[in-house]
Amino acid sequence: MKPAQFFLNALVFSVAVSSMAVEARTLIQNKGSDTLVNVAQAWAEEYRKVNPDVAVAVTGGGSGTGIAALINGTVDIANASRRVKQKEMDLARSRGQDPVKHVVAYDALSVFLHPDNPLDSISLEELAEIYGEGGEFTIWPDVGVEVPGCKDQTMILVSRQNNSGTYAYFRKITLGKRRDFRLGTRDMHGSKDVVDLVASTSCAIGYSGLAYATDHVKMACISKTKGGACANPSVATASDGSYPIARPLMMYTDGEPAGEIKNYMEWILSDAGQCIILSKGYAPVRDVKCD
Amino acid sequence: MANDIAEGASPAGGPAQRGRIQATDFDRRDADWYIDQGIQLLVFIGGISAIVFIIGIFVFITKEGFGFIFGEMDFGQFFTSPRWRPTSEYNPTYGILALVAGTASVTGLAMLIAIPFSLGAAIYIAEFATGKTREYLKILVELLAAIPSIVWGFIGLTIMNPLIIKIFDVPIGLTVLNAGVILGLMAAPIMTSIAEDALKAVPDRYREAAEAMGATHWQVTIKVVLPAARNGLLGAVLLGVGRGFGETMAVLMATGHAINLPSSIFDSVRALTATIAAELGETAVGSNHYMALFTIGIFLFVVTFVINLTADLVVRGVRKG
Repeated sequence: MKPAQFFLNALVFSVAVSSMAVEARTLIQNKGSDTLVNVAQAWAEEYRKVNPDVAVAVTGGGSGTGIAALINGTVDIANASRRVKQKEMDLARSRGQDPVKHVVAYDALSVFLHPDNPLDSISLEELAEIYGEGGEFTIWPDVGVEVPGCKDQTMILVSRQNNSGTYAYFRKITLGKRRDFRLGTRDMHGSKDVVDLVASTSCAIGYSGLAYATDHVKMACISKTKGGACANPSVATASDGSYPIARPLMMYTDGEPAGEIKNYMEWILSDAGQCIILSKGYAPVRDVKCD
Repeated sequence: MANDIAEGASPAGGPAQRGRIQATDFDRRDADWYIDQGIQLLVFIGGISAIVFIIGIFVFITKEGFGFIFGEMDFGQFFTSPRWRPTSEYNPTYGILALVAGTASVTGLAMLIAIPFSLGAAIYIAEFATGKTREYLKILVELLAAIPSIVWGFIGLTIMNPLIIKIFDVPIGLTVLNAGVILGLMAAPIMTSIAEDALKAVPDRYREAAEAMGATHWQVTIKVVLPAARNGLLGAVLLGVGRGFGETMAVLMATGHAINLPSSIFDSVRALTATIAAELGETAVGSNHYMALFTIGIFLFVVTFVINLTADLVVRGVRKG
């Protein structure tokens, strides 16, 4: 554990202990994915109103950090935008733990284009030719469009830094496990940076979570094969599985949850919890009615 | 001058001598003696701390990178392949050629921009400007040096990017040109300060002698002062190069962060430093990727160490000669 993390945990712990002494509260530690951190914080705040005896402490740091903390036994719930890897699972088992997966939401990855780009839909096959190493498509006429204001019609590929969960998921879906991204993509350090760069560059194409979409970019309709039926990225298409690049967002607990943790997980999957997911721009795991 | 020093030294010599007598006199180890010893120790620790830190840092980054250098690392691939793909699912490759090319191209362009500006500014401040103009200029140059690099990066991202797209009619403005200009502006104030010091170090008798021979102010500057300050100016340039090589935030934001062997100043590139900054935070400690990033750190450390050492030796050369 890093000293800063240790200090933070110690602080959280001491605050928790002192508040327990006064109000006899239960504290649930929740840590992990930066994609989920905003939602997790919103849940924690709302749950305080539902059940004032339980406090949920939420920290980010990335999926890997959360899973490592779960294995080390310092958190009760780990947030993750990817599955626990075999290596991590083995490590957890060797320590007598049993990470159990709970899918709490879906995140649709949108393919962003500049608003001037006349392209409306694109297939996963075409995306592979655009982003994959040795791919054939390098200029916009390769996918049948002319982009006004784009010099030479060169595609400017916007991607993410190579250890982001979004990067790994997009690579897996479009290129499979045996192929890499081509060199020369602009690797941005956050989802928002991708959207900002695409918004200001007419030649650009990029990908990021649906929740980061703004009015200054256009989202492509995605089909699996060229000419096939395409689905627009939306909460509805991500939930019903018709959108091809939607990933589950998960929470892991050690064994089946019990006690207050069980109550919290059940509340997250209830209408109230799932409506919060919806309000943050992610897709709930089932149909919910929200006001 | 010599008289001033002698006069200044004699009153200070008094208490120092008294202190020495007390130190040998064991019965008189009073509070003053302990304070004296304490301060001496503090000054000594301060003096050697730089050495301790530099060795500590070197040992740390070497330790973290060692497992990779003697294990998985393929030296040929590391230095000659442009493929930096540490997180590939089936074939991770660790080639830094494109990153080195990115850093070198950006630093090179930055120097092309910074050298004329900073030398011009230094010559003007040291030789031509007088009175208040000169004081204001010196303060402004130092202010410029104090702008945080993230602010420069922000300027590159939000102001230079659309400007370059508009002026040069290129698809994207996050390029060698953008980062080079930003880095040039960042390095120029430091280079100006050091170059100005070098010019000021040229003894006035050189100038007086040249003027007595009938040389104009300009001739004195070009034919006498600049050649005499040659080593100091070269040192300033080398320190600027070192600054450019090590800069991180601004180049991360302004280069476009794309692995690419640049063929023109309108290509996006990626710098060595920016790669470490972008990737280290989310890399599993002890993995090959982590150790490879530290190996880049060792490489950067060695390069900047050599550049700074050269600059230092060059500057020292002028004092001896």
